[in-house]
Amino acid sequence: MTAILKHELRAHFHSLTAWVFGAFLLCFVGIGALQYNLKAAVSNFEYVLGYCAIILAIIVPLLTMRTIAEERRQKTDQLLYALPVTTTQVVLGKYLALLILFAVPLAIVCLYPLVFAGYGDVYLPTSYGAIGAFFLMGAALIALGVFLSSLTENQGFAAGLGVAVMLFNYYSVSLSEYVSRTTAGSGIALAVIAVLLCLLIGYMTKNSNLAWGAAVVLILGLSGVLYFKPELLEGLLPKIMEKLSFFERFYTFVDGVFDLTSMVFYLTAIVFFLFLAVQSLEKRRYN
Amino acid sequence: MITVSHLTKYYGQHLAVSDLSFEIGEGHVYGFLGPNGAGKSTTMNIMTGCLSATEGSVSIDGHDIFEEPKAAKRLMGYLPEQPPLYLGETPEEYLHFVGQAKGLRGERLRAEIESAIEATGIESVRKKRIGALSKGFRQRVGIAQALLGDPRVIILDEPTVGLDPLQILEIRDLIRRLGRTRTVIFSSHILSEVQTVCDRILIIAHGRLVAQGEPGELERRLAGENEIRLTVDAESREAAQIVSTVEGLHALEAAEERGYTAFRLSAGDGDPYAATRALFGAFAAAGVAILEMDVKKATLEDVFLELTEKDDPALPVREDSETDNVEESEATDHDGDLEA
Repeated sequence: MTAILKHELRAHFHSLTAWVFGAFLLCFVGIGALQYNLKAAVSNFEYVLGYCAIILAIIVPLLTMRTIAEERRQKTDQLLYALPVTTTQVVLGKYLALLILFAVPLAIVCLYPLVFAGYGDVYLPTSYGAIGAFFLMGAALIALGVFLSSLTENQGFAAGLGVAVMLFNYYSVSLSEYVSRTTAGSGIALAVIAVLLCLLIGYMTKNSNLAWGAAVVLILGLSGVLYFKPELLEGLLPKIMEKLSFFERFYTFVDGVFDLTSMVFYLTAIVFFLFLAVQSLEKRRYN
Repeated sequence: MITVSHLTKYYGQHLAVSDLSFEIGEGHVYGFLGPNGAGKSTTMNIMTGCLSATEGSVSIDGHDIFEEPKAAKRLMGYLPEQPPLYLGETPEEYLHFVGQAKGLRGERLRAEIESAIEATGIESVRKKRIGALSKGFRQRVGIAQALLGDPRVIILDEPTVGLDPLQILEIRDLIRRLGRTRTVIFSSHILSEVQTVCDRILIIAHGRLVAQGEPGELERRLAGENEIRLTVDAESREAAQIVSTVEGLHALEAAEERGYTAFRLSAGDGDPYAATRALFGAFAAAGVAILEMDVKKATLEDVFLELTEKDDPALPVREDSETDNVEESEATDHDGDLEA
């Protein structure tokens, strides 16, 4: 795994991606710090990160797009399959390299609150708490990006898909106000989601029995809830959209609350998407 | 060294490899021969753990590729059909990465990289970007990568495709040199290449092993029966009678035209010249002129075409030797005498 990690790091620094990513991130954090901390003279550094969060939806896909897609296009994935390393090691090596790339500009950002503290009162715990949460949210988004990159051999497509998914996730809270809050609306929407999920399972595993089985279970479960406890479904869809928003959870940290469930949520998302990425790579072996 | 048993691979509904079984011993250069689409690459990909099998197993020195992939992969170096190179790196950087991924570290890593660079002759380009190298050099870098970790088996998938004639000769030479110290398996759809480089040949068609053995042995066994074409200045009845006096011959075909008779005779797998000598004597004694006589020895080329061009993947075992000699062409029949 260390071999993959080192190789990835070298590749990122040889190409422009690492530099462009770092430059963008620092540039936007800088603009935020200029507006909030310098111009408006706010002493909370966490607001800057709240302001910059959306930029991750653009630059993370740029960072992750080539990770697996490019290996596929250049057929170098064959080498990875033939080497005595497991697919999990490959994905983890690649993921850790991306985390390091993300951590480097953030380490520089870590200096900002200290600098500002020299000129006034900065509450450091919330500042660093928010930086930590920003890193975790970024890590979860990177895991999502790695998974999306494993779905295609076209890195442009991987990047586009990544931006679309992450922006949708970003706006899902404001969109949730417009979706139906009624029982029927939630029921229908959940049924559609269940079908899409089963199609995805069928596509990923090429196992139609499993997909059908999952579909039956999900639909039966949904009908059961609809029949016995319809009030559970009321307002469920908007609630789910809020809960699944990576960004919304980050804003609790910006508000100065150290939210442990959100930390668990991010870690779960990381494990989930990396697991899917491994499955997606393994699937290629099963054609 | 390598045991492949009952390997079957479906791509969706398409059957790519069908119940393929063979064994590969230690040492020697093995050639996988077959037309494009015969299942060579699929088989190699499965053997090296790049692809799963629908059924069957592959074991390398007792390590099953699906059960103990790491142990099995350490024993093999693989060059896929398209060399898996990172074009932005130099051969040195690339080999460094592959060596590390194969678990080499420190002094051993450096030493192995040096010996791989030397063995494949890429010293002069070691610091150039791979993307700027010619196809021949890229292929060598790919082979160098396979050599790292000192694997006992090197598997090369069509290593000479797309190279110019000089590069092809160089790569063949390299394969022969590698074959002195380890087992090399390489695939090709060019018969002459396999014939000149390999000690053993496995012919694959339609996802099945249709024949295997040493080149000379294959030629002898599968193309065993020599055919004599004979045209004599006599009517068919008289000519047939003379032919029948010669032992060990039997007529496959006889046609009379304008007072001449043309025969196709099967001379068995003995010395064809003994038969022609006897024929000459018999016709001379009868005072009949031999107008034309020609011995046709079936070559490996014929065997190859015969075995691989059949549309029917089932390849029936023919008992009679009417026009061809594909008896015992089923893979399993040869397992016993291959190692002899």
